Amino acid sequence: MATQQLTKNCISLKGSASLVKEYLNYGVNSILYQRGIYPAESFQTEEHFGITTFMSSNEKIKEFLTNVLTQIEDWLVKKKVERITLVINDVKTKETLERWDFKVQYEVGVTVGKEGEETGKKELKEIQKEIRDVLRQITATISFLPLLDRLCSFDILVQTVQDADVPQLWDETQPCFITNSQEVQLRTFSTSLHRMETFVSYKGE
Amino acid sequence: MSQFAFMNDLKTCLKMDDPITNGSVPRWQKKALESSSSSINISLNASKTKASTSLKPKTPTKNNITPKKTPKKTPKKSSANRCGATTPSASDRFIPNRSATDFELNHFKMIQQQQQKQPTDELTSPSQIEKQRVMAGNLCGDIDNKRVLSFQTKAPPPPEGHQNSLKVVYSHSKTTPCLKSSSRYIPQTPDRILDAPDIMDDYYLNLIDWSSTNMLAVALNSSVYFWNAGTGAIEQLLTLEGSDYVCSLAWTQDGAHLAVGTSMSTTQLWDCTTLRRLRVMDGHVARVCSLSWNQYVLSSGSRSGHIVHHDVRQRDHAVATFAAHSQEVCGLKWSPDGRYLASGANDNVLNIWPSVPGQMYSEGQPIYSFSQHQAAVKAVAWCPWQPSVLASGGGTADRCIRFWNCNTGVCLNTVDTKSQVCALLWSTTYKEIVSGHGYANNQLILWKYPTMNKIAELSGHTARVLHLSMSPDGSTVLSAGADETLRLWKCFIPDPAKKKETTETKVATSILQGLLR
Repeated sequence: MATQQLTKNCISLKGSASLVKEYLNYGVNSILYQRGIYPAESFQTEEHFGITTFMSSNEKIKEFLTNVLTQIEDWLVKKKVERITLVINDVKTKETLERWDFKVQYEVGVTVGKEGEETGKKELKEIQKEIRDVLRQITATISFLPLLDRLCSFDILVQTVQDADVPQLWDETQPCFITNSQEVQLRTFSTSLHRMETFVSYKGE
Repeated sequence: MSQFAFMNDLKTCLKMDDPITNGSVPRWQKKALESSSSSINISLNASKTKASTSLKPKTPTKNNITPKKTPKKTPKKSSANRCGATTPSASDRFIPNRSATDFELNHFKMIQQQQQKQPTDELTSPSQIEKQRVMAGNLCGDIDNKRVLSFQTKAPPPPEGHQNSLKVVYSHSKTTPCLKSSSRYIPQTPDRILDAPDIMDDYYLNLIDWSSTNMLAVALNSSVYFWNAGTGAIEQLLTLEGSDYVCSLAWTQDGAHLAVGTSMSTTQLWDCTTLRRLRVMDGHVARVCSLSWNQYVLSSGSRSGHIVHHDVRQRDHAVATFAAHSQEVCGLKWSPDGRYLASGANDNVLNIWPSVPGQMYSEGQPIYSFSQHQAAVKAVAWCPWQPSVLASGGGTADRCIRFWNCNTGVCLNTVDTKSQVCALLWSTTYKEIVSGHGYANNQLILWKYPTMNKIAELSGHTARVLHLSMSPDGSTVLSAGADETLRLWKCFIPDPAKKKETTETKVATSILQGLLR
C-alpha cells in the first residue's frame, strides 16, 4: 500500500518531458491563434488541463509541431535543450517582430529504482494547475501586445548545449533578436524536474 | 580559412569599448607618454575616458569621432605590423564581407555591452538596470557556447491575403452595422446623463444596482449614493474610512435592504429607509466583488475565488463556503427561479451551481463548468422568460457572448461581438438582450434573441461601459461608464399600441422584515 502511494505521487523524467511537450503544444497553438498568425477559422477548440484551447486544424502545422515537439521531448529527457523560442517573422522583410521564449531549467529529482530513474515529487494536479495559469496568461497577453498587421510566419528555434547531436532534418541557424525590444515575463511552472519560464518580447514603439 | 581570420579581425573591430590588448601602442598614446604636458593629448585622453563611460550627446563632435576612429585603425595596422601571417590575404584594405557578417547578432551584442558599461544613465534607476540585466540574461543567456537549431521543413505560411482578425481589438474601425430595421423607435441618444465622479474603472467590480422601489444605488470609490429615479433626489448612504472602497452592491428583491461588499473583505447590510447599518458579515479573505440575493440568502464572491452563502436571518450567517474558482469571482447571479447560481471568474471559467433541495444556497460542486471563454467572465445574466437560459460574456481576449442551457449543459449560441463584453442585461419587455462593451467604440448593443441580429448600437460613452442596470419598469437601461458618467437609455419603452397593463403598485412587504438579525 505504501509503495503504491509512493509511485502514485511521483513523476518520472519521461512523464515530465511529455508534460512540458504538451504545454508547449498548447502554448504554441494558443499563441498562433491569439496573435492572429493564421485565420481563426483554421482553429478548433479542445479542452486540456481544464481549459479550452484553440488548436490548429491545418495538417501541415500539426505535422510540423509534432516533428519539432517530439524531438524537443527527446532532448528534454537527455537534458540537452536549454531554451525553446517561438519566433514570429514578417513574411516579406523577414524581420523578427515577436519572440516567445520558453526557458528550461533542470531541477534535481530523486533517483529511485534499479535503473536509477530520476523522479520528482509533485502532484499531477498541482502541475496541471500551474500550466493552466501560464496558458491563461498567454491568452491574456493580447491586451498589451501590439497588433501584427502584416502577414507573419513563425518558426521554432531550439537552443541546445554544444554537445547535443543534431539529427537529420535539423539545421543550425541564427538566434533571431529584436532590436529595441520590450520584454514581459509570464508565470513560471515546474514539474519538479523541469522548470519552465516563459517570456514574450516584442518590438517596442 | 581567410574568412575566419577576417571574422576575428572584424570582431576586434567591433569591440570598440575594450582596451586594445594586441598590437603596438597607438601613436597618440606614445606621444602622450613622451610629452605629457601637451594640451592636445590631454584633451584626447580625456575624450577617450569620457566616451567609454558615457555617451552623452552633449560632448563635442570631435571628441565623439576620435575614439571611434582609433580602434578601427589600430588592429588593422597592428596585424600588418606584427608579422603579416595572420592575414594570409595580405591585404591591408578593409573590405566588408556582408554575407559572412551576422549584423543582427553583432548589433545586439554591441548594444548589450553598451548597456552594461553605462550603469549611470540618468533616466534609468538601479532597479530598472538590474531588471534589464536579468531580463537580458533570461532572454539570451550565453549564446556563445550554444547551438541554435531549427527544423528544416518550415511551417506553412498563412494564406495570401489573410487579415489578422485581432484588428478589432486594436483598431477604431466601425463594426459592421448589420442593423435590422425595427418597427420600434429606439432613441440613439441617452435620455439623461448623470455624473459619477470617482467611479472606479475596475472591470471586476459591480458598482450599480437599481431596486424594485426605483432607487438606484451607485458606489463611487468609498461612498455609496442613492438616486431616486422618480424624484431625482440624491442621498448618501455611507462612506468607508481610509483607502477602502466599495466593490459591489446588491438590492434585495423588495428593495428595502442593500448589501454592500467592500475591499476590507466584509459584506455589510444596510436598511435603506432608515439609512442604518444592520450587520457586518465576514467570511472572506479578499475583497468582495460580486453579490447576489436568493431570497434570504446572500451569496458573495471574492477576489480569492471563494463563494460564501450568508443566511442573513441566522447568527452564524455563513451557511456554506467553498473555493469556487482559482481567481477573482467577478460575475455572480442567481437564476430567477432560484434553482441555479452562475459564477464567472477571472480564471475564464463559468460555473453553474445547483441549489441544495429545500434550501436557498447552492451545493459545493458545480453541475457544469464551462471553460470556453478565453478571458474573464464578468457579464452573466439569466433569461427572464426561460429560467434555465444563461447569457455570459468574456473579456478582451474573448469578446464573445455565449448562451447556455443549464438544464442540459449545452452551449446554445455564440456571437463574436468584436469587443470586450463588460455587462449583459436581458430586456423584460421585448425578447432582446443588451450588452455593454469596451474598446473601441464603448457602445451598448441591442440584440434580438434568439437570432442575435443587431437592432441598435447606442454610443456616447467615451470609455468602456462597465455596468448595466434595468429600471424596475423595464423601460430604461442605465449604463455606468469608466468615463465617470451614468447614462439612461430609454431603449425598451413598451409599445403604446399594446394594451397597457395596469402598473400595479406593489406594497413593499419585505420578506426580511423582522427576520434580519
